Amino acid sequence: MSEMQDYKSRLSDPASRKFETFSYLPAMTDAEMKSQVQYIVNQGWNPAIEHTEPEHLMDSYWYMWKLPMFGETDVDKILGEAKACHIANPNNHVRLIGYNNFTQSQGASMVIYRGKTV
Amino acid sequence: MAVKKYNAGVKEYRQTYWMPEYTPLDTDILACFKITPQPGVDREEVAAAVAAESSTGTWTTVWTDLLTDLDYYKGRAYNIEDVPGDDTCFYAFVAYPIDLFEEGSMVNVLTSLVGNVFGFKALRALRLEDIRFPIAYIKTCGGPPNGIQVERDKLNKYGRPLLGCTIKPKLGLSAKNYGRAVYEVLRGGLDFAKDDENVNSQPFMRWRDRFDFVMEGILKAEAETGERKGSYLNVTAATPEEMYKRAEYAKEIGAPIIMHDYLTGGLTANTGLANWCRENGMLLHIHRAMHAVLDRNPHHGIHFRVLTKVLRLSGGDHLHSGTVVGKLEGDRAATLGWIDTMRDSFIPEDRSRGLFFDQDWGSMPGVFPVASGGIHVWHMPALVNIFGDDSCLQFGGGTLGHPWGNAAGAAANRVALEACVEARNSGVEIEKEGKSVLEKAAKSSPELKIAMETWKEIKFEFDTVDKLDVAHK
Repeated sequence: MSEMQDYKSRLSDPASRKFETFSYLPAMTDAEMKSQVQYIVNQGWNPAIEHTEPEHLMDSYWYMWKLPMFGETDVDKILGEAKACHIANPNNHVRLIGYNNFTQSQGASMVIYRGKTV
Repeated sequence: MAVKKYNAGVKEYRQTYWMPEYTPLDTDILACFKITPQPGVDREEVAAAVAAESSTGTWTTVWTDLLTDLDYYKGRAYNIEDVPGDDTCFYAFVAYPIDLFEEGSMVNVLTSLVGNVFGFKALRALRLEDIRFPIAYIKTCGGPPNGIQVERDKLNKYGRPLLGCTIKPKLGLSAKNYGRAVYEVLRGGLDFAKDDENVNSQPFMRWRDRFDFVMEGILKAEAETGERKGSYLNVTAATPEEMYKRAEYAKEIGAPIIMHDYLTGGLTANTGLANWCRENGMLLHIHRAMHAVLDRNPHHGIHFRVLTKVLRLSGGDHLHSGTVVGKLEGDRAATLGWIDTMRDSFIPEDRSRGLFFDQDWGSMPGVFPVASGGIHVWHMPALVNIFGDDSCLQFGGGTLGHPWGNAAGAAANRVALEACVEARNSGVEIEKEGKSVLEKAAKSSPELKIAMETWKEIKFEFDTVDKLDVAHK
């Protein structure tokens, strides 16, 4: 068994800030991002892109990047919008959402481009 | 109108209460009992007796029977079935007219269905296996104060099960030390901490002190992680007045969720508290202490699927369901039957899952099933597969027992959970590939790696005592 380690988390350290689902895993690769988009499409959910300044990450409402892509099943097109949002807002968190209109909830929501935490 | 004459004396129950030709109405409350009769008592008579004793009947004819229309109000035994693999007992199906029951009262329904009838002498044992609540009755009940969808929105948790941890030792910590344990699990990545069920307000830790220190821990963990957190503050108390006092204080200090034990606390208290939560925007976690007293014996008592339906109608946003994989009782198919009963809108009859009736909940919100007890990171792939996203997974020892402490234990669980969900979404069969999913995730999480080394050897493989009834001869 290895040496006991300190758990590195501080109010004063922006790196301690998380952003819900998948934020405890390493940042996604392009291939991983693609399979999550495919999952949302396979479930029949409506993909959407949102972003925010990292200091407002706890808000319910982030900025919508255009409207949710109702009925869009082209994975590359969805990824293209996420990327465009990221390029336009390079310091912001960008999240991918799968709206489930039957449960009136979000079946998936994950930050796929990580902004500069504060 | 037919005129009846009064004849004093004892009548056979079957003359009045056994009606095999009866077609249940959509508005009837239906019940399935497992009856173990005394030797020599025939099935129709004892089924009719159960229908009578749980509705309008008494042991002898009384003249006041003739002042009402008993044929309208009586329970009717309408069907009998063999129990697969067990000749000592049989299933009896009874239909009750909706007007036998007060609206919105689980107390009233249970007082009839599991009241005096359970001590009836012609029975050796009796078990209430299932109830079908008609939508007309469901509409009279408050149900979950928030429901799954609202809770997700309030807490900003999507696309994964929620994660919690019961603080241990169950009893004896001071309020400040207790709050420390809560703060540590929350900063490490859990969504919730939980008061153990028997933590109420003992001399070693009074409730108000606990609430204050726990709330400080929640707020600091939220500021540190940027995620929304909660801790189930147990408001179960000796009297309803005391319970509401604690609930009001939890609300006053900004706690998002409180907790109640619905069986030991009682259904009157629970229904009232659920209504209070709905009016005050509070989430309500429900513990089920005493359930095994009622539901564990396969021949006598009340099946947990009934207690599940009763809670969904009485009101609660979370309910403990058993884990299938941990240290506590549970048969996989049966557990799946009652966790769907907690959270789905329509659950079809399916004897292979122990469901005796179609159950339509209409628009009643769903309850999060809570898997808790004896589980750790190695169980995560199975838990995610069995429970799916709409569940709350709670690791007590599996968080606090981490060699580096609570925060590291919490992080290990959170990483394991997210790795399993991420792999599942990518098309990996996580129960089969669980080991490699966790090993891959542990490469970037030393906390998970140590957790996997700590708990690798632990297994719980006791046979289930209360199995579904299947032919095994």
